[in-house]
Amino acid sequence: MSFDLQQFHQIFFDEAKENLEEMERQLLTLDLLNPDQEEVNAVFRAAHSIKGGAATFGFQDMADITHVLESLLDKVRHGELPFTSAIIDAALQAGDILSRQLRGHRDGAETSEEEAIPVITKLKALAEGKLDSTVIQQTPLVAAPPNSSGHQIRITLLAGATTPAQRDTLRFEFEPHDPALWVDAEDGSSSITLHTCSMPSDIEEILSFVVSPEHYCLETLPPLEESRPEPVAEATENLLEGEGFGFFVDPAQLKAQAEEDQGFGFFVDLPSPDTATPTPSPHPVPASPENNAGAEPGEHPRRRASDREADTSIRVSVDKVDQLVNLVGELVITHAMLAQTISRMDPVLHESLFSGMGQLDRNSRDLQEAVMSIRMLPIGSVFSRFPRMVRDIAAKLGKEVELKTIGESTELDKGLIERLSDPLTHLVRNSLDHGIEDPEQRELAGKPRKGTLTLQAYHQGGSITIEVLDDGAGLNREKILAKAASNNLQVSPDAPDHEVWQLIFAPGLSTAEEITDVSGRGVGMDVVKRNIEGMGGRVEISSQAGAGTRISIRLPLTLAILDGMSIGVGSQTFIIPLNMIVESLQPKRSEVSTVSSNGRVVHVRGEYLPVVALHEVFSIVPVTTDPCEGIVVILELEGSKVALFVDALLGQHQVVIKSLETNYRKVRGVSGATIMGDGHVGLILDVPALIQLSRS
Amino acid sequence: MSSPQETNRSTSEVSVVADGSAQYLTFTLGKEEYAVDILKVQEIRGYDAVTAIANAPPFIKGVINLRGVIVPIVDMRIKFSVGEATYTEFTVVIILNVLNRVVGIVVDGVSDVITLPPEQMKAAPEFGATLDTKYIKGLGTVDERMIILVDIEKLMSSRDMELMDEVAA
Repeated sequence: MSFDLQQFHQIFFDEAKENLEEMERQLLTLDLLNPDQEEVNAVFRAAHSIKGGAATFGFQDMADITHVLESLLDKVRHGELPFTSAIIDAALQAGDILSRQLRGHRDGAETSEEEAIPVITKLKALAEGKLDSTVIQQTPLVAAPPNSSGHQIRITLLAGATTPAQRDTLRFEFEPHDPALWVDAEDGSSSITLHTCSMPSDIEEILSFVVSPEHYCLETLPPLEESRPEPVAEATENLLEGEGFGFFVDPAQLKAQAEEDQGFGFFVDLPSPDTATPTPSPHPVPASPENNAGAEPGEHPRRRASDREADTSIRVSVDKVDQLVNLVGELVITHAMLAQTISRMDPVLHESLFSGMGQLDRNSRDLQEAVMSIRMLPIGSVFSRFPRMVRDIAAKLGKEVELKTIGESTELDKGLIERLSDPLTHLVRNSLDHGIEDPEQRELAGKPRKGTLTLQAYHQGGSITIEVLDDGAGLNREKILAKAASNNLQVSPDAPDHEVWQLIFAPGLSTAEEITDVSGRGVGMDVVKRNIEGMGGRVEISSQAGAGTRISIRLPLTLAILDGMSIGVGSQTFIIPLNMIVESLQPKRSEVSTVSSNGRVVHVRGEYLPVVALHEVFSIVPVTTDPCEGIVVILELEGSKVALFVDALLGQHQVVIKSLETNYRKVRGVSGATIMGDGHVGLILDVPALIQLSRS
Repeated sequence: MSSPQETNRSTSEVSVVADGSAQYLTFTLGKEEYAVDILKVQEIRGYDAVTAIANAPPFIKGVINLRGVIVPIVDMRIKFSVGEATYTEFTVVIILNVLNRVVGIVVDGVSDVITLPPEQMKAAPEFGATLDTKYIKGLGTVDERMIILVDIEKLMSSRDMELMDEVAA
């Protein structure tokens, strides 16, 4: 966490502002009677994004509100609560406060910290379903501890004025205050005495939703000197049982909730000493704004006074950027065609043309790089979620872990960043759960009590490598082999380490002794691998018993461009993703053999690899049907290798990936298309699908 | 003039002039004359540089690069079994914009833009099982010639064209 989050603040402000606007727009257009699920989801997503960002950047006040809002919306989303206008009102109100807080953080202006409290309590009440659409609480009732400066209010309901149902509602409303105090008089009326610091008008307001003013009377009693511990204890108990109406801000309850959902600390971030509640006895109420102020993170030390209204960044839709990328791709192709034509001319006669071409070459390359960089984001935005997660999980598992992040500024494509966070989360959880040992075990093994988990990103060639390193126990070869055997996975007991490690990516294989809620269900690693391969990347593991494990993810820098090898079959050209290719060779006649007369294998360095003839799979008339006259390209896929037989290798290119599905449909064995230097369309091979196709 | 229509509107809507007439682009396949709604036509170009797609039906010739967009090409002569599928420098491709997709169709030639008043349009007769008339919107008459009006959206989204993953119609 050592790096400075400040540089991302502007991004967060922009994003949160946009999300708030989006949320408001969706809320206002929602059809109450028939809410569109997609719209509800959109509101939820907006709230969720704000929460995530706010928590990451330490804007606790915003995270608090959005967390409550989010839980409310989540219930609505899952149909547990009906969508009412009360919910929309509350959500809009929360949005207003969020906007104010956002402005406050951005401009360094003052935000009123207690103004959020009513909204939060209201949202909580709605989320618990205890406030239906007809009972909208404007001001939270804040009951005071009996020995505070609060006063007593007695409410008397006149006989016959209320139905039992109404009385129940009222009982319910006041219950947390002092349920024991409902007194039924002989004439059929009942009364209640409240200890509260709320104004009588507030009480009236609540009552007015249930009974009409002429049916009750309200008396303000002088404050009692003597505290009455009994009913308070009861009230507190109610709260602790989670039956609180939500009108209270109960630190204990909130703390429990906050910890339960691993969220972003709630009202009080207990570990920090200045906000911890000092009294051990459960206080039902932080009665006054002064107390509540402790719930807020207080003044932000990094507030900047400078007016940031003049934004230094603009937000542009990805579509526009993609269009730009396309156009530049076209330019590069046109340039390649021109270069081909010019190469036939005499350089002496057309000197200026050639120098012009050189300049065009440089410029178009720069342009391409600049356009690509628009889509690039630092990987720090993914890493930044881990410090919190690591801390929480480590605490849960009783382990001591230090997280190090290296290379947060390494940039990669936005699309990849979004898809990378899930696999990385899996890997980090795994390392924490299986990798790093308990402090005691570590001490026995002569290692420091505190384990180290390192997240590291760096560029290497045309790709980016992200590593998750731990100094834990390392993978257990015997255990994996045993588990693989019991799962009927074919593997020889003396297979090399890297093959054994790849086994943990097999579905259903987990070496965790017991299933924890952190990991161990055996789903996960296979998903990680599939996700990474879906992005055109690879996962590699190296591990040493007792010293730790290193999992490396190698990804292309962008999804829009692919390093490919172009190959020819017959008159056609195809692209094979370069990261799939191990080597290519022309086999000798003695190295090619047949198995049961039609299956062919090629013998490469002690391994027999099945030959897949591309012309057979794609029904093309090839130049040659003899592997010894063509080329075999050895492809590695999920640990196994195949030899793809093609006519010729044509060259290595960077190609701009285009979707076939935009105007056509998915073609088996083809993952996409690109435009070659001569303007033709070249198809990019989908190697896993191709191999499946050849087997069927 | 007629107002531009949304491409994904119902297939019965075409460019309608005030009196109910509609404009069509006519093209020939063999000796037959066909027509499509003019508003579905994006451009007309020559036939070249088609990249074949493996294991596709014979009437899908492949894909071309249309200024950076990958566009599939369908040979209507093979699809409708009329004329001879030969490719010369005069072979014409009509680029259509249907259902938010871009598709090219190979035809023998493009003839004219015609305006057909509704009274010159007749419903297509039933031919029985041998000829599928569900993609034919009707038959029109211009200067004693019969023109077959193709319901291009229905045709392009139909299952037997194999142009889309999910059949939209």
